[in-house]
Amino acid sequence: MIKNKFFLLLLLLLPIVGRAELTLEVVGGAAQQIPIAVVPFSSQAGATQVTQDNISNVIGADLRLSGLFRVLETRGVSSQPHTLSEVKYSDWSAIQAQALTIGTLESLPGNRLKVSFRLLDVLKQNQLLAMEFNITPAQQRATAHRMADMIYEKLTGEKGVFATRITYVNKENGRYSLQVADADGFNPQTVVSSKEPLISPSWSPDGTKLAYVSFEKKKPVIFVQSLVSGQRIVLANFKGNNSAPAWSPDGTKLAIVLTYSANSQIYVINADGTGLQQVSFSNGIDTEPEWSPDGSSIYFTSNRGGGPQIYRMPALGGEAKRVTFEGAYNVSPHVSTDGKLLTFIKQTPVGFKVAVQDLATGQVQTLSDTTQDESPSFAPNGRMILYATNVGGRGSLAAVSVDGRVKQRLKDTGGDVREPSWGSSQN
Amino acid sequence: MKKNLLISVLLAATLAACSSNVVKEKPAAPVVDSSKSSQTTQPSAAAKEDSASTTSATQTDVAANPLKDPNNILSKRSIFFDFNKDEVKAEFRPLVESHAKYLVANPNAKVIFQGNADNRGSREYNLSLGQRRSVAVKKAANVLGVQDKQIETVSYGEEKAKDCKDETCYQQDRRVDIVYENE
Repeated sequence: MIKNKFFLLLLLLLPIVGRAELTLEVVGGAAQQIPIAVVPFSSQAGATQVTQDNISNVIGADLRLSGLFRVLETRGVSSQPHTLSEVKYSDWSAIQAQALTIGTLESLPGNRLKVSFRLLDVLKQNQLLAMEFNITPAQQRATAHRMADMIYEKLTGEKGVFATRITYVNKENGRYSLQVADADGFNPQTVVSSKEPLISPSWSPDGTKLAYVSFEKKKPVIFVQSLVSGQRIVLANFKGNNSAPAWSPDGTKLAIVLTYSANSQIYVINADGTGLQQVSFSNGIDTEPEWSPDGSSIYFTSNRGGGPQIYRMPALGGEAKRVTFEGAYNVSPHVSTDGKLLTFIKQTPVGFKVAVQDLATGQVQTLSDTTQDESPSFAPNGRMILYATNVGGRGSLAAVSVDGRVKQRLKDTGGDVREPSWGSSQN
Repeated sequence: MKKNLLISVLLAATLAACSSNVVKEKPAAPVVDSSKSSQTTQPSAAAKEDSASTTSATQTDVAANPLKDPNNILSKRSIFFDFNKDEVKAEFRPLVESHAKYLVANPNAKVIFQGNADNRGSREYNLSLGQRRSVAVKKAANVLGVQDKQIETVSYGEEKAKDCKDETCYQQDRRVDIVYENE
């Protein structure tokens, strides 16, 4: 009976889920992948609370998608441990696992769940991590992402980004919708939708707001919308175009682009829409401002020297210095959180590609194998770059690691997806 | 067994989709679109000529309105540009001059120059480029005596661009459209 009801619920919800979700697949991988076994968690929870293998599946998918792990098949292994005392290390060294993840799920009163998990070093035969979570059934996926982040950090030494979110614009059936989803493409939520274009979403540093450009007033106007309350304000609706919003690292200001003086120029405005101040002054196009992580400089695109190139100037205005020199067309700068790398779109003889420049040495590397790339942004840990590209005549999302080895692709969704930006962690 | 697994995976996805994240509980803020938004923004010259020539009723209007007369240069409304350029090329001077002459002769007439770019490169840069193009046409019209109050400029960047694969197609998207008020 309960099962039937569940099935009905499932059937009712499936079409919605199936249509909207983005599915990522990984192409290539790191030179040395860490072999890890993720044993399905045991479950003493009721069927209404938990779905079999949910958590371990998500952990495995996250680790595999990073390109840094080889997630081993565990079904043929005779022992299937859930607790420390059940672990037979020889079974796991036999399949060349270096690390092993085990865990249990138990029902708690009040429709809550207790999730326990352990990360074990198979070679040293010791425990690397042990954690317990008390969660609602709805938090299973988010909890699995957090565990994957912990495993990732323990074994690679870098912060994981599985519990972060991305935003992007989906164009489908003539409508544009600004979406926020988990970093793996699940859980897409519509923030705003319109018949007119939406572009340039930008995350507030705390991840609670998005600034974006909407053409709903027949011209580009900048809005700031809370992801908590859904409320939005017009940040900038001045004469001409209002576009390219970028939050300052402290979240108090945004750099924006106005065509007040006919030419696109960069201004800084307070997050409540007050205190407008022009910071760039040129006879050419100045656009796509992007703050350095310390807030002291603004990187931007300008054609003041002829073709578009990336420049850097003091955030309060002042002399601009050219940053990119290779090629005739370099646009859309984004700086890694450690301030060391710049990613941008570079026109090459074979198309528009994601490139990365070491800001200390000036060395440039072209990373993507796609040719119509746009809007690159770093993951919070600086390892991957998310960008938009075109596959089979439709906009699609892709990601590439800063060394170019790991490539993630969005599977065909039927929609036209563009303007992605990688945000901070889920709240 | 396999089927069960599939169901549970789907169920997991379903549950995930209705789990209570802060963001999702809030309804999306719907944008109130004013009516016929997309139609008014892209008046292709070709479409206008078609509609003018198919019905005899509109042909009466055509005779009275030089802007709609397919034999009049004023019915031509697009100025095309080179890649990453905003100079009005010599071949489009006669077109700009004709519209300028009309606007000077009809000081109550108002016009919007809508700048566009092809879909390669950055959307924001293309938005700025479309703006530069519309302003370039405005400046040319100003020099010929058209008043500022008659002209509005707007840019759609690459947002109205077609899904092009070759230069013939790209060049159609690098343009400024001339749209008169109340059209």
